[in-house]
Amino acid sequence: MFGLNKRDTGLIAIVTVLVILAPFILNPFPEGSAMAQFNAGYPDLMQRFVIFGIFAIGFNLLFGLTGYLSFGHAAFLGVGSYGAIWMLKLFSLNVIPSIIMGVIVAGIFALAVGFVSLRRSGIYFSILTLAFAQMSYALAYSVLTPITGGETGLQIKSTDSPLLSNLEPGEIGRASLFGLDMRSSFEIEMGDWLFTFNTGYYLAGIVMILAFYLAIRITRSPFGMMLRAIKSNQQRLNYTGLNARPYTLAVFVISGMYAGLAGGLMVAMDTQVGPERMFWTASGEVVLMTILGGAGTLIGPVLGAGFIKYMENIISKINKGILEQWFAFMPDGIEDLLITLVYPFVGKGWHLTLGLMFMAVVIFLPGGLVEGGQRIGRVFRRRDRKSEHAEADAAKQRNTPAE
Amino acid sequence: MSSSKLTRRGLIKTSAIAAGAGLALPTYLRADGHSGFTNAPTGDTVTLGFNVPQSGPYAEEGADELRAYELAVEHLNGGGDGGMMNTFSSKALQGNGIMGKKVEYVTGDTQTKSDAARASAKSMIEKDGAVMITGGSSSGVAVAVQALCQEAGVIFMAGLTHSNDTTGKDKKANGFRHFFNSYMSGAALAPILSANYGNDRKAYHLTADYNWGYTTEEAVRTSTEALGWETVAAVKTPLTQTDFSSYIAPVLQSGADVLVLNHYGGNMVNSLTNAVQFGLRDKQVNGKNFEIIVPLYSRLMAKGAGANVKGIFGSTNWHWSLQDEGSKAFVKSFGTKYGFPPSQAAHTCYVQALLYADAVERGGSFNPCAVGEALKDFQFDGMGNGPTLYRGEDHQCFKDVLVVKGKENPESEFDLLEIVEVTPAAQVTYDASIFGGDLGECNPGA
Amino acid sequence: MDAILLQILNGLDKGSAYALIALGLTLIFGTLGVVNFAHGALFMIGAFCAVTLSRILTLSHQVVDETRKDFLGNPLQVDVPYVYDWFGEAGGSAIIDWAVPLSILFAIPIMLLIGIIMERGLIRHFYKRPHADQILVTFGLAIVLQEVIKYYYGANPIPTPAPAAFTGSFDFGAALGFDPNTIIYPYWRIIYFAFAALIIGAVFAFLQFTTYGMVVRAGMADRETVQLLGIDIDKRFTMMFGIAAAVAGLAGVMYTPINSPNYHMGMDFLVLSFVVVVVGGMGSLPGAVLAGFLLGILESFASMKEVLELLPGINQIIIYLVAIIILLTRPRGLMGRKGVMEE
Repeated sequence: MFGLNKRDTGLIAIVTVLVILAPFILNPFPEGSAMAQFNAGYPDLMQRFVIFGIFAIGFNLLFGLTGYLSFGHAAFLGVGSYGAIWMLKLFSLNVIPSIIMGVIVAGIFALAVGFVSLRRSGIYFSILTLAFAQMSYALAYSVLTPITGGETGLQIKSTDSPLLSNLEPGEIGRASLFGLDMRSSFEIEMGDWLFTFNTGYYLAGIVMILAFYLAIRITRSPFGMMLRAIKSNQQRLNYTGLNARPYTLAVFVISGMYAGLAGGLMVAMDTQVGPERMFWTASGEVVLMTILGGAGTLIGPVLGAGFIKYMENIISKINKGILEQWFAFMPDGIEDLLITLVYPFVGKGWHLTLGLMFMAVVIFLPGGLVEGGQRIGRVFRRRDRKSEHAEADAAKQRNTPAE
Repeated sequence: MSSSKLTRRGLIKTSAIAAGAGLALPTYLRADGHSGFTNAPTGDTVTLGFNVPQSGPYAEEGADELRAYELAVEHLNGGGDGGMMNTFSSKALQGNGIMGKKVEYVTGDTQTKSDAARASAKSMIEKDGAVMITGGSSSGVAVAVQALCQEAGVIFMAGLTHSNDTTGKDKKANGFRHFFNSYMSGAALAPILSANYGNDRKAYHLTADYNWGYTTEEAVRTSTEALGWETVAAVKTPLTQTDFSSYIAPVLQSGADVLVLNHYGGNMVNSLTNAVQFGLRDKQVNGKNFEIIVPLYSRLMAKGAGANVKGIFGSTNWHWSLQDEGSKAFVKSFGTKYGFPPSQAAHTCYVQALLYADAVERGGSFNPCAVGEALKDFQFDGMGNGPTLYRGEDHQCFKDVLVVKGKENPESEFDLLEIVEVTPAAQVTYDASIFGGDLGECNPGA
Repeated sequence: MDAILLQILNGLDKGSAYALIALGLTLIFGTLGVVNFAHGALFMIGAFCAVTLSRILTLSHQVVDETRKDFLGNPLQVDVPYVYDWFGEAGGSAIIDWAVPLSILFAIPIMLLIGIIMERGLIRHFYKRPHADQILVTFGLAIVLQEVIKYYYGANPIPTPAPAAFTGSFDFGAALGFDPNTIIYPYWRIIYFAFAALIIGAVFAFLQFTTYGMVVRAGMADRETVQLLGIDIDKRFTMMFGIAAAVAGLAGVMYTPINSPNYHMGMDFLVLSFVVVVVGGMGSLPGAVLAGFLLGILESFASMKEVLELLPGINQIIIYLVAIIILLTRPRGLMGRKGVMEE
């Protein structure tokens, strides 16, 4: 279907269902219960899941296929965001032109950076991209303040009146899709459960499904084959008389445009841009997302993005008071002990948990979270079929990481 | 932890957690016919969102802010000794929560990044049903979160933010700042500098290369040049700089006899340490002792610079050694609970929480517009800074500003600064229009 | 003229700090081929060795002083360090004063141990894994180390001054015949420079002139052949990892009086040290040192106000700009070996 083979069709069907049903899936616990803390089904976080998913999918197109590790990808996201917000401020409050603008600006910037950086490979390439991104960050924070807003960034203000809008004087414009406010939601209450369906989230979700579909098509295309050939042995490719540069540059720009798309969507969902978005830690984050999920796999980067954003937004909010509430049913001594043990890992200690999870995943699941999923899947499959073939398959797979 | 068994139990009661308490209310921007504003509290509790840096360079200040908020919640709900509620000139607060609703809270980590701060604030509004967001330790974050609260229709009570922009070009009707700003620092410092160092000085500025740095440099420059000082040079330094030697080394060659460090946080600690290392303060230039000035002091950061702060002038919003009744009451209840005195960040956050609660009581509603109306041109006293005005035009507090000096013989690890002068509010007041910006209309959301 | 001399001096000092940090990284990264994102954390732990030692030296018992009051109005509890009891007040305070130099002795064994444990317990399982996995595991480790330090020492910078004997600065200007006060430089930074030169020299001498070092170098160039010769190269690589950690740690110890250490100082230096190593060229120790000095000097010049008036914001980007120019004109950095980390 749509030019995909059966497996890929299945994959995209699963992703589509997950995106549509996310408000249910991410809110498994009833409101008011102690576990409601772990609910992630509110608009902002759902939007972040899919937006960073897009960002990571795009990054993985470059890294997973060609093996070129860009350490400055956040710059494209940031530049795309600035392009998008200026479009909202000056041209139209409709998010479509601003998202397109984000993609274009990021694409042009990626073309320039890629043209220079791709003259080198390996670590030299990584450092070149890092250098460009750090320069973008430093300049956006300081001397480019008139364009970027510097430290305080850019927001839509009451003084902005875009060309194609009829705002009352003093009214602050809101990003919308043909009049449909990005922030509007409707809610369903089912008993103790509450599910929120947000316009912005579904827009971003649809875009992510399209981006995911495009990524599959690219991966499966002859172009994708060529990119994997570059990864496996660029020298041999050169000997056959093929110049790899145009291919790598093309995928670099596509990858940058994915980042710009994510940046544009971020602005559409939440009309604000700050320069920290381009700092090297942000570039590092997308690298980590991709590796954590499983570099080179299709769904891995999305899982990695979701994992890191979940930790950042959910674990960091668990404070001592919440722990006390959770463990209140325990006898006093044990309650204190449990709180003492758990507290360093939550709330302000959320980074510690994140670091430990990174190490655990890479040590025990060398293929990333995707491999974790595969292992679980294999266990079930084995129980179902018990066929020798599956056993052998599993054994072979298990041996691979230990080579 | 075990030593404060009683308090902690009290805390459970008072601050039991809001994830649940937001109940059926994550109504971010839902047209909510009956209430008319975002996250209107139903039931017998109200949820506040404390959004402070818990990781990154300002984590220590964030932790102190959080302590202050917890104390404020305890006092609002009638626990503890009541702290500043006893000295506050408005007597609307009864110690029974806010408008009879028990105060609960949620916390989040801003990471001192505007994206993370907004994500955290949004989760408080969307998921937890917070009706007010407060906290933060930098102007970038304050401006970003303030804009968010304006869009979402909740009140933002700024924490530590010193840039003129917060209540200047980026002011918003739903945002309020108790902390002072760059302009006030400059205005308060100038007379003291004149009295101590004379009117014939050559100043060399090192300025953090971002918005706050620019406004601070400008404020100090304008007010010192008005005294007759000459500005020899103003050099911008990158935010990410850690070693300032290459900026400090040329200072003596320039013929300047005063170095102004428009730096905050880690930048300030490092540039001051480097400057003292270079022995600048032992030098004589133009027949005068070389001097260093740090326009914005923070005791927590001064601690990082250790002995290097001795004798160096700067300004601060509040200091625990103040002897008015409000400050004494606050230091007593904070010190008793945590074992050390509060920082200026803790003070401003505590006061902001109380001011919000009081405005809700007086306005008779949690509606942001009612709160804004109650805070508008509100005059109060007994909160540690003398008589204070919450100006209606820009939602900035006007109060006395402290000029402080690094103490030569500290008696304890907290005793780092001594108050040199309490500059009266009238001297630091400015016209609301000079920084531009547009307050706009209050937005109740919904 | 004196302004330029001053910035050269400054650049040498800055460069020595960069070179020292990059030296440890290049041992691990440029030669063992492990992308070690935890290197900054090792630098930071070195600095906290100094903090820890000065904490240990100032371990105190409380004496209540009835004549003074604390902030709540209760009698003040004065801390009296145990070393005062043992060595008298003068001797005790002298020991505390010299905490940072003493920390060198304290830090060497600790850092060696940390390096060896890290290599044996974690890194060695990652030699053959993709660089991506190395990044993830070492980044995770860096976060964990950083958070542990934050948990025990807080997030604020902790002042760790140099001994009183080294406060103040030396007047090069007067010594060289310029006006006094034009070229002054703090004693401690001069010591740091000398210390960096010493350590760099020692590492070079070790690799160049000792049999052990020669074998290690051979192993870096061709690990398998050396192994076939019956030499246990793994053990030597473990040792080299330990030495690299110790170099990073010592850089951290000596840096504490220059900037008060805090838990995220490692991350601040991490990117910079990678840039220095790569600009120097992968696999080249002299390259890393050279790049350190070059970037240090250029950064110093970029921060001059005359330069900034001409090119505003150049001080923000100079290091990255130079890195780009060098990597474009010299494909493997200044002195890089062919084929190291080029895929």
